[in-house]
Amino acid sequence: MHLMYFTEQPMSAYDEKAGLDYGATALTFSNKHFDPKEGSRLYNEYIEQYLLVEEVGIDGIMLNEHHNAPFCMQAKTNVFASILAAITKKVKIVILGNPLPLAENPIRLAEELAMIDMISKGRLVSGFVRGGGQEQLSAGVNPAFNRERFIEAHDLVVKAWTQPGPFRWEGTHYQHRVVNPWAVPLQKPYPRVWIPGVISKETIIWSAQQRYPYIALNTSIEQTKKIWELYDATAADCGYTSGPENRGYLARIHVAETEEKAIENARQFTWMQGEFTGLAHPVWANPAGYFSPSGRRDFVQFAVGRSQNPRGDMSFEQQMASGMIMAGTPKTVLPRIRHLLEETRPGILSVWAQDGKVSHEDSKTCIRLLGEEVFPQVREWAKELDLKSPFEADAPVSIKYSKDLKKKAVAAE
Amino acid sequence: MAMAGAWAEHTVDVSGAKIFLRRAGKGTPVIVLHHDIGTLDKLAFYDELAKSHDVIIPDYPGWGRSPRLEWMRHPRDVAVFMQGLKAELGLAQAALVGLGFGGWIAAEMAAMAPREVSKLVLVGAFGMKPAEGDILDQAIISYIDYPHAFFHDRKAFEAHYGNVSVDQLEAWDIAREMSFRIAWKPYMYSQQLPHLLGAVKAPALIVWGDDDRVVPVSAAHRFKTALPNGRLEIVKGAGHAVEMEKPVELARLVSPFIAAK
Repeated sequence: MHLMYFTEQPMSAYDEKAGLDYGATALTFSNKHFDPKEGSRLYNEYIEQYLLVEEVGIDGIMLNEHHNAPFCMQAKTNVFASILAAITKKVKIVILGNPLPLAENPIRLAEELAMIDMISKGRLVSGFVRGGGQEQLSAGVNPAFNRERFIEAHDLVVKAWTQPGPFRWEGTHYQHRVVNPWAVPLQKPYPRVWIPGVISKETIIWSAQQRYPYIALNTSIEQTKKIWELYDATAADCGYTSGPENRGYLARIHVAETEEKAIENARQFTWMQGEFTGLAHPVWANPAGYFSPSGRRDFVQFAVGRSQNPRGDMSFEQQMASGMIMAGTPKTVLPRIRHLLEETRPGILSVWAQDGKVSHEDSKTCIRLLGEEVFPQVREWAKELDLKSPFEADAPVSIKYSKDLKKKAVAAE
Repeated sequence: MAMAGAWAEHTVDVSGAKIFLRRAGKGTPVIVLHHDIGTLDKLAFYDELAKSHDVIIPDYPGWGRSPRLEWMRHPRDVAVFMQGLKAELGLAQAALVGLGFGGWIAAEMAAMAPREVSKLVLVGAFGMKPAEGDILDQAIISYIDYPHAFFHDRKAFEAHYGNVSVDQLEAWDIAREMSFRIAWKPYMYSQQLPHLLGAVKAPALIVWGDDDRVVPVSAAHRFKTALPNGRLEIVKGAGHAVEMEKPVELARLVSPFIAAK
């Protein structure tokens, strides 16, 4: 099993009252409320936390990227990946993920990621995402072509990594006359690609068709099982048998020395008014053309306030009860992790360990407890349950490098 | 005065694409180019125009009942198709009445074939970058708030859209998606259009509601400057959708303008 640590890097020092007064804490909530002195302090605390993550023997650090909102200070995932490449020695640097469609120039991403891979001596996992609706709007890229741009940018980056240049790319959304980056990844054929997502069927199917591990982001156990059913069926169609090495899961787990402390800190998982990406208008998260046409009728009613959020707004207590947030001492949290492992069988587990205003000291305590008391037991269970990570299973980087396909791979729909 | 007559529905094949249109009336051919939010089937303004002219109201590919063309990337592509439609209908010349986003399409059509435009009417037209202010960005407001912004008086919105059916919401989302596909950036204007309108010698009537919250009136002045033969009229008490809010006043301006020699 590959065990990772994650934080959104929350901008915990922003003016919450101003956000509530304004009615939104995303996209258009003014950055006059961003204090760079606090930002500087927080970034340096997060760096300290990451160094501790490596010190206590956690396998990887998960990074992500969001824009225009206090819930996440990672405005550019490659910046922190670069920092970690230089200041860490052992942890995998797991980008989940670069929002490909935001790139007007995917070759630049290919270059940056190659540099990170080389500087880190081959520790990069280069995940890709479509990026949320707000990211499209903040970057000025067209949400109506999001899915097409994602696929074309992915294909272009992989080609830049695997085919010697110079070559020319005359695509639909990207046109490059001289693809020949003098920065190529150390890992061959190319750094592993993991695809995080929630319940979008198209993304799950695409990931399975590529044979890229899919990382389910804090979905309920029932939803997660459905994700693996779809992934596994697609994998079978493509001629391979998928298993734990194709499955990742992001869990919100906060551990502390006492139950009370853990639960108090875990409440911060709902610090953004219950909507983890902040209070936002539904059309920001899902601009027209961004989501599947099959969801259109339900979505438009929700977007004008006529129906409930299809995701469902669960209270903190409900999330604790359902296991979507776990909080406690290592002893009380471990059985719940065991249940998750038995039910959903992931080979990759990322722990989103704290959020909001959890103090730097409590964050470090949580990291220490995870590394020293929780994860060693999880690793034993993973051996017992045969939950191998893609590294342990020596899984092919993508379907193209498979040696075990049972029949001709079915063309992507 | 002639009656409007029944509206006929046709589907015309243009260059392999299917363009749905509604048509009524006799006389000078008038092509109405609709808003970015699409158009209701029946409007008093359309009926008024059809009393004196041969009024043709197409749905752009991807809007209403005209199937989407995946490859379209710019309103100029729509304008080319509307020119093709004109040819298919056997019209050597037509008056163009462009409503909002349709005004941009009409201006493009006029620029590309100036002799085929008998009269050009631009009502709250997109296509020009306003000298002051910006065209309202629909991307950050809801499906209902955007059409709300088309009206000076909310009651006029309600009279047209009532409680807003789910079908209508869905149609607005599809229209929004098409708008993004073909007019994402620069948003709802062309940096080239101001330089292309000098050849449009046909008389041009530019009409703006005095409370147009979608396109600032400074854009109207840019159109007037760019068009050699333009006249500007402001309609009081009207928002962006002058044809929905003040149909009689607008018809009184537009119909005689088209009829005049």
